[in-house]
Amino acid sequence: MLAPVTHILPLTTVRRERLLPVPGHLIARMEQKVAPLDVVADANFGQEHILFDVAQLLHVTPEVAKNMIQCKVGDTVAASQVIAQNKGLIPQVVKAPSPGKVILVGGGQVLLEIGETTIELHAGMPGVVTRLIAERGVEITFSGALVQGVWGNGRVDTGLILPLMEKPEDSLTSAMMDVSQRGSIILAGYCNDPAALQTAAELPARGLVLGSISPVLLPQAAQLPFPVMVIDGFVQNPLNSTAYKLLTTNAKREVTINAEAFDRYSGTRPELFISLPVTQEPPATREVETFAPNQSVRLVRAPHAGAVGTLLNLRPGQSVMPSGLRVPAAEVKLDSGEQVIVPLANLEVLG
Amino acid sequence: MPASLVDADSLLAVDVGTVTTRATFFDVVEGHYRFIACGQAPSTAAAPFKDISEGVRQAIVNLQTITGRKFLADDHRLIVPTQEGTGVDAFAATLSAGPAIKTAIVGLLSEVSVESTQRLARTTYARVVDTIGLNDPRKPDQQIDAILRLRPDLVLIAGGTDEGATRSVERLIETVGLACYLIPESKRPAVLFAGNASMSDKVKANLQHLVSSLYISPNLRPSLEVENLGPAQHTLAEVFTQIRRGQIAGIDEINAWAGNTLMPTAFAEGRIIRFLSQVYNSSKGILGVDLGASAAIVAAAFGSQLAMGVYPQLGLGEGLSSLLRYISVEDITKWLPLDLPAESVRDYLFQKSVYPFTLPAAVEDLAIEQAVARQALYVALNSAAKDFPRNVRRPVPGLMPFFEPILAGGSVITRAPTLGQSLLILLDGIQPIGITTLILDQNNLLPALGAAAARNSILPIQVLESGAFLGLATVVAPYVNARPGTVILQARLMHENGTETHLEVKQGTLEIIPLATGEAGRLYIQPLHHTDVGFGPGRSRSDGIPVSGTAMGVVIDARGRPLLIPSDPARRREAVKKWLWTVGG
Repeated sequence: MLAPVTHILPLTTVRRERLLPVPGHLIARMEQKVAPLDVVADANFGQEHILFDVAQLLHVTPEVAKNMIQCKVGDTVAASQVIAQNKGLIPQVVKAPSPGKVILVGGGQVLLEIGETTIELHAGMPGVVTRLIAERGVEITFSGALVQGVWGNGRVDTGLILPLMEKPEDSLTSAMMDVSQRGSIILAGYCNDPAALQTAAELPARGLVLGSISPVLLPQAAQLPFPVMVIDGFVQNPLNSTAYKLLTTNAKREVTINAEAFDRYSGTRPELFISLPVTQEPPATREVETFAPNQSVRLVRAPHAGAVGTLLNLRPGQSVMPSGLRVPAAEVKLDSGEQVIVPLANLEVLG
Repeated sequence: MPASLVDADSLLAVDVGTVTTRATFFDVVEGHYRFIACGQAPSTAAAPFKDISEGVRQAIVNLQTITGRKFLADDHRLIVPTQEGTGVDAFAATLSAGPAIKTAIVGLLSEVSVESTQRLARTTYARVVDTIGLNDPRKPDQQIDAILRLRPDLVLIAGGTDEGATRSVERLIETVGLACYLIPESKRPAVLFAGNASMSDKVKANLQHLVSSLYISPNLRPSLEVENLGPAQHTLAEVFTQIRRGQIAGIDEINAWAGNTLMPTAFAEGRIIRFLSQVYNSSKGILGVDLGASAAIVAAAFGSQLAMGVYPQLGLGEGLSSLLRYISVEDITKWLPLDLPAESVRDYLFQKSVYPFTLPAAVEDLAIEQAVARQALYVALNSAAKDFPRNVRRPVPGLMPFFEPILAGGSVITRAPTLGQSLLILLDGIQPIGITTLILDQNNLLPALGAAAARNSILPIQVLESGAFLGLATVVAPYVNARPGTVILQARLMHENGTETHLEVKQGTLEIIPLATGEAGRLYIQPLHHTDVGFGPGRSRSDGIPVSGTAMGVVIDARGRPLLIPSDPARRREAVKKWLWTVGG
């Protein structure tokens, strides 16, 4: 059976495409080494439009209005610049309310684009540009440690990771934080305390990595000015032991969080990167797995959500769960030493 | 080719869901079509595959293992037609996987074309992101910016009766055209125009070169009094496939296997429900409900009239994290037999939305999942009921019409640990009225039969009558305004062997009279206090009602319509536990 895969790896190579939402131009070059906040491409994008129905405004037919329009496609216009004018005894004019660019002219109408802004596409991860995608973006290749999560607030930043937990089951409270953590990326277990998020914002921290979070706090976490990434989900459980070991052994190292939203269809998900020196490129992540004995697996539903273990064997036929459901299942030895029977559907391969 | 030969074709039907892909095989056994077997595999529409064909092949490989018959050639292509005992004569495919289609509605009058267009959008896996109409206070440029910001996958345009308004429709089309012009070419939406027929050429001239694909269908409001959704619904099914082709790989290949007849799962389900309604010509409606990961689907047919409701926001998959926008936590916890805090429900919804393929292994998880299913079904059905024809039979306005039978699909219902749990989810979620039969589609056959019905009208009927579906219960749900504890009817079931079972039914109770599958009997009901069991207040059939045996037998649901649930949490949990105990746990 095909198995979903989540990457929590101490050393791997990953390739990620970074793409603009609209066509633009590339700034990065092939083989360029990039930092997470480097701009690799940008695009100009008008946020708003104004449609002038000149014919209607000047009370003439579209055919007549055509001759009154005093701009053409591509023109840049200043605020109060005349767009169209009726040259009668008492001239009537149509003026641009704000600076903009003429996008379309026709049928006695003018479409003006205003509020142009530049969208900057950040690398989002440390690495090397290994492919240029014309007008859209780049592919970046990274080697080092990788931790994937299930929820992110869309922000990117880099900083030193600082565990605020002695055990994987420790919850984050505001009392744990003080000014010494300013500018660091805080690692903690479960969070259901709005004051803790508020304190992290006030420090300010540079990022927050949580094992799990109460769904009630998601709107607040989404608004925080730094990246927030949740690794295991939304049920109060200890941070999974694989991520705990990897992240605590890298305490005070520089990490990057790209807290992209989780999207099953596009494949984007929040990721944490730790650059590590390598002499040769480590093996790439394996995206496709089928369940097999000796795999490291994570349990994603109750009663052991977030627990990590080793898949011992796939049970023949169907097994009866405490809920009464009969499902294909596997025997898993948890890192705690406990041996449990889990529906295959509730497992994902860590690799 | 003679029809009899066409009818003798074997059929392989594939349904690609959000979580599971199923391959179902039908063949002729002793002169009749039979469901033979079903193979399934995880769907591969999402990353890392982003290609449905891998999951389809895996499901077919699993079907090969079950049946011992080879369907795929060594190069992994489908063997069609049958060659020396391998392959299959015909192939059909349905699809529900993928995110809800972001849809913008454009029409003229809010109570006419806009309302009809919204109803059209509800017949597929659509999420309406904006509505533009004559009553819209925004200026055209603000409407353009809204379309640019929301980036719909689909724009549905209607408006103007045939030979009616043209200038207003033209303006709307101009707005849509300008917005599309400003969207990068690779991201432009598909457009379906179902408005004033005389505008078709103009729509083509103005929009054809500005949209990813343009479809024109007959006007869904040819006149103010008439609504004709059917043709537009058919075209919308095509548009859905076209949009999915641009979003997920592998669709072209599977569609080619199906002779370009791949259709949305919900469309196929609607089609089979209407087909059955026409074939059985029942005085009651036929209801189909399907609670899947991608959506909750309600299809109700009354003769040739079909009312469809597809609700992606009520699906039990990745959309669950936003379910609380439509349903309160209290409306879910009211169905729980356990004392669980609201936080547990919230946590469950969010965890399941991230892992939509997971199953409830713990007792508490199962209780929450089934509680969510009940409420999602209830909300979906009550939303869909607004579109049911007004003249259909029902005991009093505002209550469900009479249906016979009710077909139910979706793993949460059909794969519940006990049939009693399946029964309670349906009784609580649908709250049927009168006398009806509940049928479980345990093998997810309805979409396959809907897809097959177009080319082979005998197959669905013979498969339905072959026992491939599970008769769950004959339900008697009386309607009466009486206090709990009042005796509202006397029931007597006369078995074929002459034995009789008598029952005095009180308001507020749930009772079961066993009548096993394969048995038959006659049910005599004597309604009291003007109780209506579908024959009118206080009436019944003196010669009894013929009933066939089902897994749960005859179930008399006298808990009230709408269902009376105690307001006190402890008493409510006791009631839910008691109902669960009554149906066998």
